[in-house]
Amino acid sequence: MNVDLRILRYDPEPAKPALAAGEPAAGAAELTGLPSTPPKPHWVTYKVEADPMDRVLDLLIKVKAEQDGSLSFRRSCGHGICGSDAMLINSRNRLACRIRVDQLGKKISVAPLPGLPVVKDLVVDMSGFFGKYRSVKPYLINDQPEPERERLQSVKDRARYDDTTKCILCAACTTACPSFWARPEYVGPAAIVQAHRFIFDSRDEGADERLEILADEDGVWRCRTIFNCVDACPRGINITKAILEVSSAIVGRRG
Amino acid sequence: MDYPFDAIVVGAGGAGLWAALELAREGVNTAVLTKLYPTRSHTGTAQGGVCAALGNLEEDRWDWHMFDTVKGGDYLVDQDAAEVLAHEAIETVIELEHMGLPFNRTPDGKIDQRRFGGHTRNFGEAPVRRACFAADRTGHMILQTLYQQCIKHGVKFFDEYQVVDLLFEGGEPAEGGRAAGVVAYRVADGQLHTFRAKAVLMATGGFGRMFRITSNAHSLTGDGVALCYRHGIPLEDMEFFQFHPTGIVGIGILLSEAARGEGGTLLNDKGERFMERYAPKLMELAPRDMVSRAMYQEIRAGRGIGGKDYLYLDVRHLGRKVIEEKLPDITDFARIYQGVEPLKEPVPVQPTAHYAMGGIPTNVFSEVVQDERGTVVPGLFAAGECACVSVHGANRLGTNSLVDLLVFGRRAGRQMARYAGTVERPRPIADAAEPVRAQLDAIKSRASKGESVSTIRHELADVMMDNVGVYRDDKLLTAARDKVRELKDRHGAVSIADCGAVFNTDLLEANELGYLLDLAEAMVAGALARTESRGAHSREDFPERNDAKWLKHTLAYRGPKGPTLKYKPVSITRFEPKPRTY
Repeated sequence: MNVDLRILRYDPEPAKPALAAGEPAAGAAELTGLPSTPPKPHWVTYKVEADPMDRVLDLLIKVKAEQDGSLSFRRSCGHGICGSDAMLINSRNRLACRIRVDQLGKKISVAPLPGLPVVKDLVVDMSGFFGKYRSVKPYLINDQPEPERERLQSVKDRARYDDTTKCILCAACTTACPSFWARPEYVGPAAIVQAHRFIFDSRDEGADERLEILADEDGVWRCRTIFNCVDACPRGINITKAILEVSSAIVGRRG
Repeated sequence: MDYPFDAIVVGAGGAGLWAALELAREGVNTAVLTKLYPTRSHTGTAQGGVCAALGNLEEDRWDWHMFDTVKGGDYLVDQDAAEVLAHEAIETVIELEHMGLPFNRTPDGKIDQRRFGGHTRNFGEAPVRRACFAADRTGHMILQTLYQQCIKHGVKFFDEYQVVDLLFEGGEPAEGGRAAGVVAYRVADGQLHTFRAKAVLMATGGFGRMFRITSNAHSLTGDGVALCYRHGIPLEDMEFFQFHPTGIVGIGILLSEAARGEGGTLLNDKGERFMERYAPKLMELAPRDMVSRAMYQEIRAGRGIGGKDYLYLDVRHLGRKVIEEKLPDITDFARIYQGVEPLKEPVPVQPTAHYAMGGIPTNVFSEVVQDERGTVVPGLFAAGECACVSVHGANRLGTNSLVDLLVFGRRAGRQMARYAGTVERPRPIADAAEPVRAQLDAIKSRASKGESVSTIRHELADVMMDNVGVYRDDKLLTAARDKVRELKDRHGAVSIADCGAVFNTDLLEANELGYLLDLAEAMVAGALARTESRGAHSREDFPERNDAKWLKHTLAYRGPKGPTLKYKPVSITRFEPKPRTY
């Protein structure tokens, strides 16, 4: 089938030689908007021959190989585990390697994740996102002497935090959150998920420190239970539930 | 810019992160450079488990694990290294638990364990529960846990810095030089930086991207391995590349061996469990090389599904509870990528290029060695898939990749810390980045003037898959050698569309293709020369293993007219080679 793939292109260096030549690479793309000075994001539509089972990532790779090698996007594992290729696909945050053409139809639009600075094309600056991740102390805190063998944990205690161990830090949830768009200082759903994974781990003793951080004005209270994060999560994590559990723990601690 | 450090770790998968953690604990000033973000590394895709003879569910012993590793590797394994692997697996898994890794638990709260291919009790008697696991995302949890610990210990990360050259002081390694650092390309802005250090670790992973059907990430282009090769360090046992039996048809994404460990079966078009004929004792849990060959035999005999080139993996009889609790990710993969519901129908599978047994030769301290006498390159280390210590020999057992990167990543960090305490930091090297800058500028100067990266990459992937795959012979390999030479020539004039400095993946892919071509050359040369069948290297014109002539490791040195091959002996300490039946 033929797909119209619209990609929001952005090139911070419009004056470089390849573009100065003025001609897109062979076979390219009908331009629906040309970069002006200073450079602005603009939509470019590529006609791509696709199989219904192809993923959007397959189409991006095809465009880069056959139509315009200057298209930049992140990708690595190609099957939804590494978290490199989260982007805005038909107005929803998705991993490009996990969403198929037959789920989207013949007109597909792809843009970078909303709310983060764009570096080039579909590549966003992730440093702020990872900074927030680090701020919640995302590591086991336990100063007791280590036993000779493994610490014991019951099947039930292990299940308590199972859902939030699935997070791959792709940023789809945080950048889908209207509270984050409105206030970029908000720590965001992904960081809360990571904190949850430890707060509810029976082996961890750092819950108080993390809850203190998340009780801040840019912590959990910014969540308005809009559920965009749950829709966006490629790992099927019930993020809003995790956030509410963390909120309850803060309240419980104060009580 | 010039960054002075004491230790540099290249690659942030399991091996690199554990090494960095050891270095940080020892107070060594360390930088980790990764071309991705650390949590994107390929360790994260490992599914099924990590073997260690904990004996939590039934009796197990580390020397049984060692024996299985040696036999699984068709006796090409260095047994001194396999002993370290099996023995230290136990303490590394316990340490991971202490770091917070969320292992599945037994009813009495211990780490849960399951069966895995080729892992047996009492020297081959029957399958044993040895693989410790966290659902079917064990690698994801290992990667996350090690990254968390690195953050806790203040490790310095340089994310999206791609290493493009190695630096030596006092000459190249063959001239007695020592490692002095690396040159890295900052992906965000295209600048080259030099990182000076006393100790440098290669932990850059595999290179399965030279094959058409592969489980490997797009980023697995063998960067560290190729850079060592270009600096005169030989590559060991490159002809041994594992094809995993159960890849998703057409795209190669892996369905973990855990599916068979939990009781999944393989079926042909007639509905037969065909492994009965090939490995009557272990059946579907025979080592991967044997299962992949059996699948090819079935397909050739016309017993592929509908006469086509794939078979069925059937987990329906395991029931919803086991499938959803223990195999959730792979169930999801079948649904998303094949549109198949594993609860109700069998899943079409075919072998997929998966793992390099060969790589940068190292000793049991993860030090890089550069000849058949074991001469160490001072200050240079390698661990994980990019290294060849050799614990996998001619065929790796399931889960032993994780065991390898944990055990030898940890050893690398410790040895680097010791070494860094004994030497001075190398002095700045004038114009250190110039050779690689010239290479990259040459590619940029050919913008839109010649052949594209993807054309050459596809031709390489095709010839490697069709001629250097599960079955090989002289004719196929000779044709592959000629084709790789031709592609190397054409790559010398490869052209890109992007001449910018910012996030130029076009340029990086062109450069990475050069690494793959170098490694393909070494792989084909080793395979062509080795006139026997052993483990994953299966020659139809030489179907038998030949210990008298070939119980030895290949060392491929780069040369102007193609690789030069030398050989070194295998370390045999406890288990004399025997016929390999299961």
